Amino acid sequence: MKILVPFKSVPDPYAGAGAAAKSVINPFDEIAIEEALRIRERGEATEIVGVTIGAPAVDEQIRSALAMGVDRAIRIDDSRALDPYAISRILRTLVEREAPQVVLMGKQAVDDDSNQVGQMLAGLLGWPQATFVSKIEFLDNKTRAQCSRETDGGIEVIAISLPAIITTDLRLNEPRYVSLPGLMKARKKPIEVINCEQLGVNVHPLTTTLSVASPPRRTAGTRLESVEELVTRLKQEAKVL
Amino acid sequence: MAETLVLIELDRQRVKRPSLHAITLAQQLGGDYALLILGSGVAEAANSIISYGAAAVLVADDPALAEPLADRYASVIAQATRQQGAKRLLASSSTFSKDVLPRAAALLDAPMVTDVLALAKVDGAIAYQRPMNAGSKLATVKVDGELCVLTARATAFAMPSANGAPCLIATFAFDAASLPNEMQFVSRELRASDRPDLAEARVVVSGGRPLKDSETFERLVGGLADALGGAVGATRAAVDAGMAPNDYQVGQTGKVVAPELYIALGISGAIQHLAGIKDSRIIVAINKDADAPIFQMATYGLVGDLHQIVPQLIAAIQKT
Ligand SMILES: Cc1cc2nc3c(=O)[nH]c(=O)nc-3n(C[C@H](O)[C@H](O)[C@H](O)COP(=O)(O)OP(=O)(O)OC[C@H]3O[C@@H](n4cnc5c(N)ncnc54)[C@H](O)[C@@H]3O)c2cc1C
Repeated sequence: MKILVPFKSVPDPYAGAGAAAKSVINPFDEIAIEEALRIRERGEATEIVGVTIGAPAVDEQIRSALAMGVDRAIRIDDSRALDPYAISRILRTLVEREAPQVVLMGKQAVDDDSNQVGQMLAGLLGWPQATFVSKIEFLDNKTRAQCSRETDGGIEVIAISLPAIITTDLRLNEPRYVSLPGLMKARKKPIEVINCEQLGVNVHPLTTTLSVASPPRRTAGTRLESVEELVTRLKQEAKVL
Repeated sequence: MAETLVLIELDRQRVKRPSLHAITLAQQLGGDYALLILGSGVAEAANSIISYGAAAVLVADDPALAEPLADRYASVIAQATRQQGAKRLLASSSTFSKDVLPRAAALLDAPMVTDVLALAKVDGAIAYQRPMNAGSKLATVKVDGELCVLTARATAFAMPSANGAPCLIATFAFDAASLPNEMQFVSRELRASDRPDLAEARVVVSGGRPLKDSETFERLVGGLADALGGAVGATRAAVDAGMAPNDYQVGQTGKVVAPELYIALGISGAIQHLAGIKDSRIIVAINKDADAPIFQMATYGLVGDLHQIVPQLIAAIQKT
């Protein structure tokens, strides 16, 4: 079984406000990489291919993915501001070329927060999808997967035929740290660089971000001294009790 | 024919109220709108939404739609959108709409905007405001093309009024036999609770990492919520540690709430958590660390050990 893991570089979500955040692999995609590695470690996958779309600067995150244990990586060289639908159409072409049995990716990128690409890719390919997944088991000689999904109403379990798209939620696993030997090995692993023209895909984003502003901030209120004072304020001032 | 199609979400054959808030976005966009519901045995649900000013309620009612499987649902939703000749397809943000609508967008060859908070006019054209980076940025987005798909943050749009003239209920006919059939429903966790739904509650009490285990969490967070008739939420740290189920998670990648009163117990105030609570009217923080970031945005702050404060607070509220 071959697993394709698309991933994105995002500003480190743990960086403090104001600080210039370094780039990292989107945390949900890192969970997808980790899961692919675990699937391979239990003997159910033979190859893990990572793919990302971006300028040469994302090679650093590609090296991290390779150091975690991804076998080889592809960078689709494109530095335009692409929207999720454009990304999905590019990935569709790549999926058709690579023919994986499973595409495993994060449910959302924590910079854009759109939560669209996996589902769009599944729609474009006509493949089944399991989104927001916290557990994956392969069934019937790896022709199907049973997935637990984190939904607003609690955990839902579905079974899907392969090939399929699976998007990860936080509870699927805890990604490993990159090891020094991993980093050494990563240097020797291949990164293929290809552009949209070579892939034969011509897409243009249909959404444009016109401006980005800081939303209004809440300001600090009042420090209170006691439970009695809190109850009084909630009753008399805030009128919520 | 309707310019906008609003997908309404059901939970066990009943309309989920936050999903109705998307109707308010449809009204702000202007033009006529139809409501769409999918399911099996949903006549009663359809009847309950005829007075929201829609041109029609479209109903796709078939045993094949008993469970919200994304491949079938997206297919029917895309067919209905085409049949209506709609220019927009929208729904309130939820795990349901985020699962099925991007897939429907791909089938419709349309772009999508997630979590619309408000409309804006830029050079005479409609643009959409949406949060990014855990709500730390507010983007204004323009969409090109014939058709676009939107999800609306339910907390940013009011409940629409239900005093419109009753509209027609129309059956949306589709060929169930030709729907995709490669996804099967297996099971769903059933958790009975007398507490209000997080997304709709007037009061939400949430707990963080120091709640230690599920018993302590339930006794303190659950106990305070019950004293206030509220819902229970949690941080990622509390859910990861198994103190609370996943659907209690509030924040960037969990639920977004905007109650009258939000009480944060032992929550540091990470940006990912604040993304889900910012629009609450009153925020109370109880934390033993006087420098916890949550105090920078709480309406009322109390510094101290929650294990002592919360039982006192429950007792004080029960006395009032
Ligand atoms: C990709 C990604 C997505 C995320 N999504 C979410 C999300 O949707 N929702 C979310 O909540 N988080 C999310 N997080 C996690 C987030 O960054 C924080 O780690 C998390 O919110 C911290 O939870 P906490 O406040 O419970 O724990 P901590 O940050 O550990 O804070 C615990 C607080 O409790 C206080 N405390 C300790 N003991 C006591 C006591 N006895 N009495 C009173 N106070 C006490 C401490 O002073 C501290 O402030 C996400 C992170 C990432 C990277």
